[in-house]
Amino acid sequence: MPVIKVDKLSKIFGKNAKQATKLLDQGLSKEEILKKTGNTVGVNRASFEVEEGEIFVIMGLSGSGKSTLVRLINRLIEPTEGSVMIDGEDLAKMNKQDLRKVRREKLSMVFQKFALFPHRTILQNAEFGLEVQGIDKSEREKRAKESLEMVGLGEYINQYPSQLSGGMQQRVGLARALANDPEVLLMDEAFSALDPLIRKEMQDELLELQESMKKTILFITHDLDEALRIGDRIALMKDGKIVQIGTPEEILVNPANDYVEKFVEDVDRSKVLEAQHIMKRPETVDIEKHGPRAALERMRKEGLSSIYVVDRKRKLYGYVTADDVSAAAKQDKKDLKDILHTDVPKADMNTTMHEIFDMIHDSPVPIAVVEEDKLKGIIVRGAVIAALAGSEVSINGDHS
Amino acid sequence: MEIIPKLPVAEWIDNATDWTTDTFEFLFDFIKQDFGDFIEFFAEDLLMAIPIWLFIAVIGVLAFFVSGKRFGLVAFSVIGLWFISNQGLWEELMNTFTLVIFASLISVIIGVPFGIWMAKSKTVQTILTPILDFMQTMPAFVYLIPAVAFFSIGMVPGVFASVIFATPPTVRFTNLGIRQVSKELIEASDSFGTTGTQKLFKVQLPMAKTTIMAGINQTVMLSLSMVVIASMIGAKGLGQTVITGLQRADVGTGFVAGLGIVILAIIIDRFTQNLNTQKGQ
Repeated sequence: MPVIKVDKLSKIFGKNAKQATKLLDQGLSKEEILKKTGNTVGVNRASFEVEEGEIFVIMGLSGSGKSTLVRLINRLIEPTEGSVMIDGEDLAKMNKQDLRKVRREKLSMVFQKFALFPHRTILQNAEFGLEVQGIDKSEREKRAKESLEMVGLGEYINQYPSQLSGGMQQRVGLARALANDPEVLLMDEAFSALDPLIRKEMQDELLELQESMKKTILFITHDLDEALRIGDRIALMKDGKIVQIGTPEEILVNPANDYVEKFVEDVDRSKVLEAQHIMKRPETVDIEKHGPRAALERMRKEGLSSIYVVDRKRKLYGYVTADDVSAAAKQDKKDLKDILHTDVPKADMNTTMHEIFDMIHDSPVPIAVVEEDKLKGIIVRGAVIAALAGSEVSINGDHS
Repeated sequence: MEIIPKLPVAEWIDNATDWTTDTFEFLFDFIKQDFGDFIEFFAEDLLMAIPIWLFIAVIGVLAFFVSGKRFGLVAFSVIGLWFISNQGLWEELMNTFTLVIFASLISVIIGVPFGIWMAKSKTVQTILTPILDFMQTMPAFVYLIPAVAFFSIGMVPGVFASVIFATPPTVRFTNLGIRQVSKELIEASDSFGTTGTQKLFKVQLPMAKTTIMAGINQTVMLSLSMVVIASMIGAKGLGQTVITGLQRADVGTGFVAGLGIVILAIIIDRFTQNLNTQKGQ
């Protein structure tokens, strides 16, 4: 069962919200509704499910309704219609007491501008959620300290937020949210206010923490690189609507529409595309069947300066170069084994293009993509450049 | 021109005042008697029982700590208070001090809750804003009239008039302070499931403290400014000396008493301001 299940969740700002929902039914756009009724459509019929332990990223540009959507989930903003099921309970229809209970025990939020309480020390900040629940002082201090240690701030507990850097402040924000041990973490542009290096560091740390915590995380961002980096799945929003939900790859490789495609256009593809996306079918010679002459013949035909050597089961042995092969042919040698190069540049199916880029730079031969010692494909320099340029990537499945 | 006759507004107010005086006589009498006695006890018996040198010394030490261990305020307080006692105005000073203390205290006790209420409800804010404007712009002398009707003359009507005049800043600043707390902090508080009361005491009031203190400082200053006016209806203190000076065309006496008020004002102002800035992180 999904931890969060959002169904046809909408928020319309302004009076006559009901009238505006009818117009939504008729398929009018956000602009048309604004013109007709003066109402702003914040979120338009969003539906999605988040599984336990998943990092679900909602991404969109500013004004796309993502921040509204996350606030509908813990009801900091009242939904106009639709439902938000957390563990099978509908938050949208809950009374105030029950809502408070859910907020205290199941949901925690991390804010873009940290939203730390400036009059409280770091420890008191981290304690806040527990204090609100009425947990006694020694217990809540203990748990808050654990939580602060987890984010690496054990030393700073008696400082005030203003004495800390932005990155450290957001760690406190994270610790405050984690101290409650919630099931769901709502992160609203949590790293957007940090400078790029710190942001990356925080992303890594979140992923690392997530390894052990296995929380269900709903992460809001406007940064596609961030979304691709940390998201298990991504929902793309535009004008209050969710336009596509999918894994990072699905979104990059099969953008649902022009909007997504345009969005994806600017992404640093090198961080997302993997070896399997840009490799092509290799030309090979069989170490058991072929000798130097056959190899030379094959290379001449294909216009290659080197060729990979495998056995019948496509187990990779190494490569031979054209110069060595022709020399061996002249000496009438029968075996390729003597001239085999085994220093093969290898990548596996999931190696990112980013890493391949470094490898291919000073490699004399194409990179071998290997899975369980078997050659699956090769990557030539041209394919890397083409993929970086964003041209059509031909995905070469397992033809062998 | 004479289609609408003169509206009997004055009579209405008179009637309303009479009615209030009659109806709440028991309450007013109680306040006049017991509260009056208490104020008198505080000023004449309690404060006057403290030796002048001890009083000045205590204020001096407090000034040292309040001003962050610097000597400017200490020197000013000690010399100022010594000067007043030297002029034979110590008893008057104690009476004035009492009036200001009680008026400010009551103003704050009434003002802060109203400010909170105002911050929590837009309707209350809409209703209270013009009333507060009215209270502050109505000439302060006017409050003396019903004050006398309710409490006759003396300290009690003086405190009453001062409270009406001095409460608005506390209400306004409390409201402002709470409304200024950033939306994100309120969201953060809500997202952890705080009740309204928890939010108020753990987030809103601590965050608004500096602003509220600024309002209280204003309130104290306003009640001090009522000292001379309140002495027209028999409130004892430095104000009375000023009035006497006025009546006898005695510039010297009036000026010295006025100087006493200024000294007291500066001491109180620096004390409340320093208390406010001291804890600001």
